[in-house]
Amino acid sequence: MSNQIVQGILLGGYYALIACGLSFMFSVMRIINLAHGSLAVLSAFALWLLASRFHIPPFLGLLIVLPLMAVIGGALQRFLLERSARGGALLPILTTFGLAIVIDNVLFEQFGANTRSLAPFIGSLSYDSWEWPGSIYVGKLAVIIFITAVVLLGGLQLFLTRTGLGRSIRATSEDPDTAGLVGVDAQRANAVAAAIAMVTVGLAGAFLGMRATFDPYAGATQLLFAFEAAVIGGAGSLWGTLVGGIVLALAQTLGAKIHPQGFLIGGHVAFLIVLFIRLYTSGLGLRGLLRFSTGKVS
Amino acid sequence: MSAASPVIERGTAASRIAGFGVAIIILLLAVAPQFLSAGAVDRMTALFIYVILAAMWNALAGFGGLVSVGQQVFFGLGAYFAIRLANAGLNPFVSLFASAVIVGAVSWPISLFMLRLKNGEFAIGMWVIAALTHLLVNLDRLIQGETGTSLISLNVYDASTRRVAIYWLALASMTALLAILFGLLRGSTGAAIRAIRDNEDAAASIGVRVTGTKRLLFVLAAFGIGVAGALWLATSITFQPKTYFSVQWTAYMIFMVLVGGIGTFEGAILGALLFFIIETWFGGTGVWYLIGLGATALIFSLLLPRGLWGTLEERFGWRLLSVGYRVRLPVNASDTTGGTPSPAQVTTSREKA
Amino acid sequence: MSLLSVEDLVVRHGLLQAVRGVTFGIERGETLALVGANGAGKTTLLRAIAGAHQAASGRVGFDGADLSGMPSHERVRKGIALVPEGRRLFVQMTVEENLLLGRAGGRPGDWSVDKVLDTFPNLKPRRHAKAGHLSGGEQQATAIGRALMSNPDLLLLDEVSLGLSPLVVDRVYASLQGLISSGTTIILVEQDLNRALSVSNKVICMLEGRIVLAGDSKSVSRDEVTKAYFGLHRKAAGGVPA
Repeated sequence: MSNQIVQGILLGGYYALIACGLSFMFSVMRIINLAHGSLAVLSAFALWLLASRFHIPPFLGLLIVLPLMAVIGGALQRFLLERSARGGALLPILTTFGLAIVIDNVLFEQFGANTRSLAPFIGSLSYDSWEWPGSIYVGKLAVIIFITAVVLLGGLQLFLTRTGLGRSIRATSEDPDTAGLVGVDAQRANAVAAAIAMVTVGLAGAFLGMRATFDPYAGATQLLFAFEAAVIGGAGSLWGTLVGGIVLALAQTLGAKIHPQGFLIGGHVAFLIVLFIRLYTSGLGLRGLLRFSTGKVS
Repeated sequence: MSAASPVIERGTAASRIAGFGVAIIILLLAVAPQFLSAGAVDRMTALFIYVILAAMWNALAGFGGLVSVGQQVFFGLGAYFAIRLANAGLNPFVSLFASAVIVGAVSWPISLFMLRLKNGEFAIGMWVIAALTHLLVNLDRLIQGETGTSLISLNVYDASTRRVAIYWLALASMTALLAILFGLLRGSTGAAIRAIRDNEDAAASIGVRVTGTKRLLFVLAAFGIGVAGALWLATSITFQPKTYFSVQWTAYMIFMVLVGGIGTFEGAILGALLFFIIETWFGGTGVWYLIGLGATALIFSLLLPRGLWGTLEERFGWRLLSVGYRVRLPVNASDTTGGTPSPAQVTTSREKA
Repeated sequence: MSLLSVEDLVVRHGLLQAVRGVTFGIERGETLALVGANGAGKTTLLRAIAGAHQAASGRVGFDGADLSGMPSHERVRKGIALVPEGRRLFVQMTVEENLLLGRAGGRPGDWSVDKVLDTFPNLKPRRHAKAGHLSGGEQQATAIGRALMSNPDLLLLDEVSLGLSPLVVDRVYASLQGLISSGTTIILVEQDLNRALSVSNKVICMLEGRIVLAGDSKSVSRDEVTKAYFGLHRKAAGGVPA
C-alpha cells in the first residue's frame, strides 16, 4: 500500500507539470486553452520524430523542441488567443477547440494511429529504479519528473515575484488596461506568458512520451488530467497545482485498486467531489476556480 | 430627440412568407420517402439528426451563453438508455423517446452542479462528465465494455418499414424540437434569454431569472441531444460507447453552429445543412475532412464569429423566422450625439435574435 | 513649442461622443487644472492623452511627436504618466512591486523606490504591504509614486482627492506642491475649484465634451469658472450650439 502511495505521489508530479501551463495561462489571460493536451502530444511526437528519424535522444531533442514550443506559444497568443479573446469569453473556447481538432488530426495524418513511446530512446532510464526502505521501488524517471515539476513550479514562482518581466505578467493578468498605463506592454507580457506556458507543455509532453505511450488523439485525456489537477489544486498558489496533481494521482491509484477499470474513474470522481465541496462550502460565485494568486498567499 | 417615435414590429412580411414556406417544406419532407432511394432516406435521417444537434447546441451556447464541449454525454446516454429500456422489454421505438426523457431527467441534477461553473470551466467540466459517464457505461455488463452491443429488438421490423419509420420519427422530432425552441424564444422566456445573452449581469440586476432560464436551456439541450443519440442508434443499430461518447459529436455541433451563425435560430439549421453537404462531398477523405472541419471552425471563430447567417442578417437585415420584436428607429433619432449615423447604426438597433 | 498640444480631439465611447473637438496646449513646467461637472469629458480627455482611449479624430502631439494610434505603454516611454481615477493599484502586489512596475517603460531618470518613499514618508512602513490593504491616502500616494517611477515629463492626475479625508488631501497636495516647484509639468482633474485654482497656473473648464473656458488661474475669477462649470458661460465662450 505505501508503495502505491509513493508511486501515486510521483505520478502527481507529472500531473502538476501538465497542469501548471494550463492554470498559468488561465490566470494570466483568463483563457482555458482546450488545445493544451494536443500541444503536449505534439511536443511528444516532435521528440519522437527527432529520436527515430534523426537519432537525437529526447533529452537533447528538448533543446530543439522547447524553443519551438515557446515560439508556438507566442504565435498562438499573438494570432489566435488575443484576437478571439476580444470577441468575449466564449470565443477562445471555440477557437482553441478547433485548434485541438486540427492538431490531433494532422498528427494522425502524419503519424497514423499507432501508439508511440519515447521509452526506447532513453535507454535503461525508462525502467531503472531505486530500492527505498520497505522494499519500495521507485522509478528513476518518475523521480526525475517529480523533481522537474518541483523545480519548474519553484522557478516559475521566483520568476513571477522577483523579475520585472514576471511583475509585468502579473500586472497584466490583474488589470491589463492599467498595466498599459504604467508602461507595461500587455501584448508582450501575454506573449511571454504564453511562451512560458508552452515550454511547460513541451516538457510535459516529453515526460508523457517517456513514461507511457501516446497516440495522435491522446491530447484530450491529457487536457482533462491537466484541468482536473489544476482545479483540485485550486485557488492557492502554484504549489496548489502540485497538491492537485498528487491528489488526482492518488485518487486514480485508489480507483484502480477498487476496480480494474477504476483508474480514470477514480480521478474523475475525485475531481467532481472536490469541485462539489468547493462550490458548496465557499459560498462565493467562484469566478475562476483556476485562478491562483502568484504572490504570497495572504 | 425628434418627434418621430420608434416603430415596433413583430415579424416581417418575409417572416410570414417564411412561415408558410416552413410548413410546405415539412409536408414535402414527410412524403419524400415515397420518392427517395433507401440510401437517400438514410442520409436525410442523418440530416434531421444534425439539425437537432446544431439547434440544441445553439440553444445552449448561442442563447444560454453556455459553451459545452461535453454534450456527447447526452448523445451517448440517449443511445445507452434506449438499449437498456429495449433490453428490459420495452418496444424499441418507445424506448427511443423514453430514453430521451430519462436523459432530460438526468441532466437536471447535473445542471444544479455544472451551471455554477463559468465559461471555460463549464466547457471542460462537461467534458469530464462525458468522460466519466463513458467509463461508467463501459462497466455495464450488457454493453460489454468497448465491444458494445446492438438494439437487436429493432430487427423484428423489416428493413424498409424500419427505415421509413425512423425517417418520420427523426423528421417529427426535429420539427417538434425546433418548434419548442422557437416557442421558447418567442415567448416571455425568449426575452429573458436574449437579455442573458446580451449581458448576463445586467439581466440578473433587472430581475431576470438567469439560472432558471439557463437550466431550462440546459435540460432542453440534453433532452434534444438525447433524442438525437437514440435516433442515431436506431439508424445504425449497433452501440459502441466509444463512437457515441466521442467528443467528435460536440465538434460537429460546434462546427455547424459556428459556421451557420451562433445565437441565431436560422443559423444553426443553415450550419447543419452545410455540414451535411460537406460531409456528403468530403466525408470520404477521412482525416483531411476532420482537419478541414477543425480549421473552418477555427477560422470562423476568428474572422466571422457571427457565422454566415449572423453576418448576412447584419448586412441585409434579413429575418425569416421572427422570434422577437424589432425596433425601427426613425432615421434622425440617433442623431443626438451630433454624428451622422451610418445605415448600419440604424439597423443594428433592431433586436438581434 | 508646447510640450503637449491637443488639436481638435474627438473621443467616442461607442455612439457617445465624450470629447468633441478639444484644442489646447501646455508648456513645460506649467500646471493645468481641468475642471468641469461630472460627465464633462475630463477623465476621457486625460485617458485619451495617456492612450487608454484612442481618438476618433484630431491629434495629440507631445514633445514634437504625433502620438496618434500609439498604445498607452509607448506613451509612458515617451514621458506621459497617468494617475488614473480610483487609483487602480495592483491590489495583489506590494507597494514596492507597484512602484517597480512604474519602471516597466524603462525611461531613465532619478526616481527610485527610495525617493518615492522619501516623498511620501507615510508609505515607508508599508513598503512590503499588499496594495489592497492600504488606506486611501496610502493608495493614492502609491499610485502617484508609481507614475513618478516612470520619470515622466508630463504627469496626468485624475481626481487624486476623490474619497480621501480633507486632512489626507492636504498631505497629498503638499507633496504635489513639491513636484510642481521641482518643474514637473502637470495636468490635474480636480473637483474642488479653490484647490484647482490655487495649485495651478492655467485652468480649463469643460462642459459636455467641449472647452468652455480657458485662462490663467490667477486672472480668471472664481465666478467666471463657476458659470462655465454650470454652462451659464457658453454663449460667451462661443461656438457651442445648444
